[in-house]
Amino acid sequence: MATMTMVQALNAAMDEMLTRNGDVVVLGEDVGYFGGVFRCTEGLQRKHGRTRVFDTPITEAGIMGIAVGMAAYGLRPVAEMQFADYIYPACDQLISEAARLRYRSAGEFTAPVTVRAPYGGGIFGGQTHSQSPEAIFTHVAGIKTVIPSTPFDAKGLLISAIEDDDPVMFFEPKRLYNGPFEGYHDRPVVPWSRHPASEVPEGHYAIPLGKAATVRSGAAVTILAYGTMVHVALAAARDAQVDAEILDLRTLVPVDIEAIEASVRKTGRCVIVHEATRTGGFGAELSALVQEHCFHHLEAPIERVTGWDTPYPHAFEWEYFPGPARIAEALRRVMEE
Amino acid sequence: MDAPLPCPAPLSLHVPEPPQRPGSEIDFSALSVPPAGAARRPDTDCSAADMTDLAYDLVRVLDDEGHAVGPWAPALDPDTLLRGLRSMMTVRAYDERMQRAQRQGKTSFYMKCTGEEAIAVAQGMALDRADMLFPTYRQQGLLIARDWPLADMMCQVYSNAGDRLKGRQMPVFYSSREAGFFSISGNLGTQYSQAVGWAMASAIKGDTRIAAAWIGEGATAEGDFHHALTFASVYRAPVILNLVNNHWAISSYHGIAGGERTTFAARGLGYGIPSLRVDGNDFLAVFAATRWAAARARANLGPTLIELFTYRAAAHSTSDDPGKYRPENAGARWPLGDPIDRLRRHLIGLGIWSEARHEALGQEVAAAVQAAGKEAEALGTLDKGPFHSARTMFEDVYKTMPWHLERQRRQAGI
Ligand SMILES: Cc1ncc(C[n+]2csc(CCOP(=O)(O)OP(=O)(O)O)c2C)c(N)n1
Repeated sequence: MATMTMVQALNAAMDEMLTRNGDVVVLGEDVGYFGGVFRCTEGLQRKHGRTRVFDTPITEAGIMGIAVGMAAYGLRPVAEMQFADYIYPACDQLISEAARLRYRSAGEFTAPVTVRAPYGGGIFGGQTHSQSPEAIFTHVAGIKTVIPSTPFDAKGLLISAIEDDDPVMFFEPKRLYNGPFEGYHDRPVVPWSRHPASEVPEGHYAIPLGKAATVRSGAAVTILAYGTMVHVALAAARDAQVDAEILDLRTLVPVDIEAIEASVRKTGRCVIVHEATRTGGFGAELSALVQEHCFHHLEAPIERVTGWDTPYPHAFEWEYFPGPARIAEALRRVMEE
Repeated sequence: MDAPLPCPAPLSLHVPEPPQRPGSEIDFSALSVPPAGAARRPDTDCSAADMTDLAYDLVRVLDDEGHAVGPWAPALDPDTLLRGLRSMMTVRAYDERMQRAQRQGKTSFYMKCTGEEAIAVAQGMALDRADMLFPTYRQQGLLIARDWPLADMMCQVYSNAGDRLKGRQMPVFYSSREAGFFSISGNLGTQYSQAVGWAMASAIKGDTRIAAAWIGEGATAEGDFHHALTFASVYRAPVILNLVNNHWAISSYHGIAGGERTTFAARGLGYGIPSLRVDGNDFLAVFAATRWAAARARANLGPTLIELFTYRAAAHSTSDDPGKYRPENAGARWPLGDPIDRLRRHLIGLGIWSEARHEALGQEVAAAVQAAGKEAEALGTLDKGPFHSARTMFEDVYKTMPWHLERQRRQAGI
């Protein structure tokens, strides 16, 4: 086993799949010779050739439409959107076409496309390089939505996504590309090389879609989180000294309702964390699910800690971000009930 | 069923690849550069079909000796020429200082336009102050040509207490309604159809102002480029559609955007839009072409597409290392030269300029940039502040703050 950053783990997943399956192709802006602006596809073109890994024109709509056509032929395209913020032009092809192709053709045609997109804040990207648009896609029938939080998960989940026969939106927390993020902007970042979750096995392994991970066991309160926020939630639980159980959802659609239900029934309390804006966010769906499934077990109102309902500002990232302090405060609040 | 037609060989996919990569010799010999003065200058009411040659040719005015030649040479007075030179030099000095500030951690990001200064400066000067400009992140020269205060631009780069955009935009995403400079988006190409919409609105209202838009050759693959051309052509919108072909879109050379088999200017022909291909490193050619297009728009003759043929001499941005995908120092070998150098030689040839005066101007410009830098830094930098109050984060999301934002603001304790 080797220690890897998330970037290296994602690269290893694509490398593995390109090697194993001649139908896998990787396409996107700058992914070929250069290896992607975040270096996730570095070396793949050199190794697998220019018609398996290639640069595209700058048109997200085009990339998505071409990927659907390739998938209809029988390939398994892995399409990169350079930033999740730039996925909106691709939405018609993704939402109206890829997501419904199986349904409308009664299974005659399918679109097993994996769409990779770096998302989230914490890199001073302003309002066009920081968004977390996952909820938009969880609202679309026919797409699966996946978000890893560690290098180990990133590789195993990406392999599952590429092997999956449905279109998968795969959001990569770019703040975690090179090391975990605990949400303290004034403290040094620990690199992945010193984190247990940076051990990534060689070769093929798959983490099933739809299965959450318990990243911290506890009895007092359940924290539901995904992506970057898993690490911030861990820091918050430490700071608040609360016996919190933290679930990393890993897949938002289909979400692991059994894991959520088991945990909330045990703890009786639930705090939901995401960095996307609050209104209509995936937290609202999670809150409704918990209410439906665990109402009689709840000892306190469900809390949501999220980004504010404003675009992401350049200078005020740390005020925007749901940092450990805001999560800790919510933990204390639910514990008072 | 019919038998399939015989196929001589298995199909293969063509993936364009630039002629040179890191480590290889820089070689621009495949580039055909027509002589200055050779391109004809049609009347402004010429149709797209009657000027197809100009979408493949290259309008050039300044020859190798710095003389202005041919039908496109604009008769500019010395004062205008010197203002152009000063603005281009200011852009370069400003870029240098801001790039250094980024390296010093005073801001998060910066983008230079080295080698492309003639485009924004000449075009900014060739248009009316009241016309509306829809730029990309590489036309800081438009603001400078319109004498917008450098300190104000720097405050935006620093997101500091003096930033009129209240720390919301990434550095270089300026906005100034007063300067006729539309708010820059990070989403490539979106400004292009907006510019056409603005121009159509101006026509609907019987206004006299026109619009101009800029886009990179890479971003022409975005849908907005094509939507813009369709609307501009259909409604004969009074707009100048500029397309800056600086040969590189981050790591992807112009062949990936479709530049291998045709020119970008030729894109306009299919829409029936008169299209020009212009030497973007030639201040006089850029100025003349822009005036020509503006005259068309003002005479209600509709849109013009101008491909500005240039080279991105510096990195894409401070996050980019061009040495990873192209030969080192390719920009210095660009056959069309450096825009500032070329105008300097022209002015010296005219007898209105000298090396000594050029050097003095260089120092004057550097001093002005430095003074503006001090002024801006006194109002804060991204690493240290001061900033606007974080409270401003909740403002301007809507015209009046709805209850949920008011509540979130209080929850944030600000
Ligand atoms: C919709 C969208 N997709 C991708 C990006 C990422 N991106 C930023 S700049 C750039 C290259 C643009 O190249 P070009 O249009 O040629 O302009 P240049 O930077 O060369 O001036 C890319 C791909 C973006 N900003 N917006």
